[in-house]
Amino acid sequence: MSTSENTVSRRAPLEGAKQDLGRLGVFVESAQSSLSKGADALASVEKLHNRTLGARVWSWRYIILRRVSQFGFLLLFFGTAHWGWQVAKKVPLLTGNLSASKFIGLIPLTDPFAALQIFLTGHALQQQSLIGAAIVLGIYLLIGGRVFCAWVCPVNVVTDGAAWLRNKLGIQPIFHLPRMLRYFILVAALLITVITGLAAFEWVSPIGMAHREIIFGLGLGFTALLAIFLFDLLILKNGWCGHLCPLGAFYSLIGKTAMLRVRFDKNSCTRCGECARVCPEPQVLNLKKLDERGYVFSGECSNCGRCTPICPEGSLKFDFKPLIRGHNVQADAIAVQRRTR
Amino acid sequence: MSDQGPSGLNTARRDFLVKMAQGAAIAGTGGLLWGYLLRNEARAAPYALRPPGALAEDDFNAACIKCGQCVNDCPPHILKLQPSGGTLPIGMPFYTPRTGACIMCPDIPCMKACPTGALSPKLKNINDSRMGLAVIDIENCLSYKGLRCEICHRVCPLKGKAISLEPHPRQISKHAMFIPLVHSDACTGCGICEKACPTEVAAIRILPHKLVQGKIGEHYRLGWTFDTEITQDFKPVEAAPAPAADAPVPKTAPGMDYLNEGGL
Repeated sequence: MSTSENTVSRRAPLEGAKQDLGRLGVFVESAQSSLSKGADALASVEKLHNRTLGARVWSWRYIILRRVSQFGFLLLFFGTAHWGWQVAKKVPLLTGNLSASKFIGLIPLTDPFAALQIFLTGHALQQQSLIGAAIVLGIYLLIGGRVFCAWVCPVNVVTDGAAWLRNKLGIQPIFHLPRMLRYFILVAALLITVITGLAAFEWVSPIGMAHREIIFGLGLGFTALLAIFLFDLLILKNGWCGHLCPLGAFYSLIGKTAMLRVRFDKNSCTRCGECARVCPEPQVLNLKKLDERGYVFSGECSNCGRCTPICPEGSLKFDFKPLIRGHNVQADAIAVQRRTR
Repeated sequence: MSDQGPSGLNTARRDFLVKMAQGAAIAGTGGLLWGYLLRNEARAAPYALRPPGALAEDDFNAACIKCGQCVNDCPPHILKLQPSGGTLPIGMPFYTPRTGACIMCPDIPCMKACPTGALSPKLKNINDSRMGLAVIDIENCLSYKGLRCEICHRVCPLKGKAISLEPHPRQISKHAMFIPLVHSDACTGCGICEKACPTEVAAIRILPHKLVQGKIGEHYRLGWTFDTEITQDFKPVEAAPAPAADAPVPKTAPGMDYLNEGGL
């Protein structure tokens, strides 16, 4: 009896010590992991630099696809306007432009922001443009509002070019502007529309100008594009798309409900920061928020697909929002398994 | 405390107010500039010739979404969207009759293509459209110089209604002039006359109604026209009731007293 008592009394402090040791172990592990995370990040960057040429080219896939999409939309409009592209006799393929168009003579499409402005001037829109706006709104509510920016908008080609050149030349910023500014410009556009009775942004929009003039005849719209290029290149990085454009702001708000998202796997991420380096809206890749949410939550993400192929660990991937939670739980389980092994 | 000023004042509120004032100043100047740009851009709108069914100027400026579907669907390809930096408001459809006149399609495809209603679907008959008004420069019109030109009259899709030919006999030794007259109640402003005019610079041209049409005002009463409404001012005094049969016959004829009465 006495021995058993003894063992019990001896076991208690032993358990305590074990627990202490365990805690210490956790602490050491976390310290180790934060140390090794730094090393992992370096390894990740190295991995990125040691990619084969094939892998490099493959990582450009979304950029190439986006250019195909952007120029493709332009071509559809241009071909219909100038070469009379038709799907059947007397059924034009895609008439109009990005403000409002009609696909195969049947499906109306309307820029919801333009429609909103015209509505605010006090003009009762015709049914056709309301349906068109609802269709476009529905599409972007599903796939992310700023998908327009990265995959359709022709100005994006110019600003991407400016950002690329700016990066090559290592141009330092002159000043900073808050990225919130675009929301104020959005509100201002709507207010001025109400006051003047003219669609405030549509009348000055460089997007509209450039797009219209490519399709319907040249004017000075290209000077607007040049101004945006120089502004983005020499004055403010991602200046137009990331700070000023009210259409982008409008689509950011719409994009909050998007189903197509970039999933974040916190287990494999080494915090190398390569994703934020290539992202035109790096604030959406806030790691703390990514950890919490498990995906890129902000509507300002344009689903451009720069971060997903660049990530050396494959921690960022396009995913369907309802599946993201499940995928993250799976990834966590696998990570736990690996750690215990 | 860092937000305590030298005299112990709380500067946080002052900073906040200054920030607010700065924000308001940026918003105000930016808004004024933006508004100025818009007004400046819209200022040229009265000079534009719009496609058939276009709403009145201000409403059209507000409603047009600048999509160019009317341009795509115009069979003779006369409609253009104004590029930026041009003389007309940006991005909206217009046509230049001298180079491309409206051919007045009976089914009005441009209007049907309009998604917003800036080209109003209320227009059912192309002959009811009022895109502009033909105006003749009588100093340079060949017909007014005595030549038998009359081309504008002959090409007019509403010949006889929109442009009529009026014979003007002259002295014995000169032949009569046949001069074209435009009637605003029928002229659609299609511009076929302007396109066909043989003078070096067209002597008949299409202009927006607002720039050429006068208005006589409500106070003129054209009493000699049959369709002039007779108002109280012009109503003849009601005739006196016919004298009864047994009434005494006046000694003098009616009117005689009137002439000899009063201060006349």
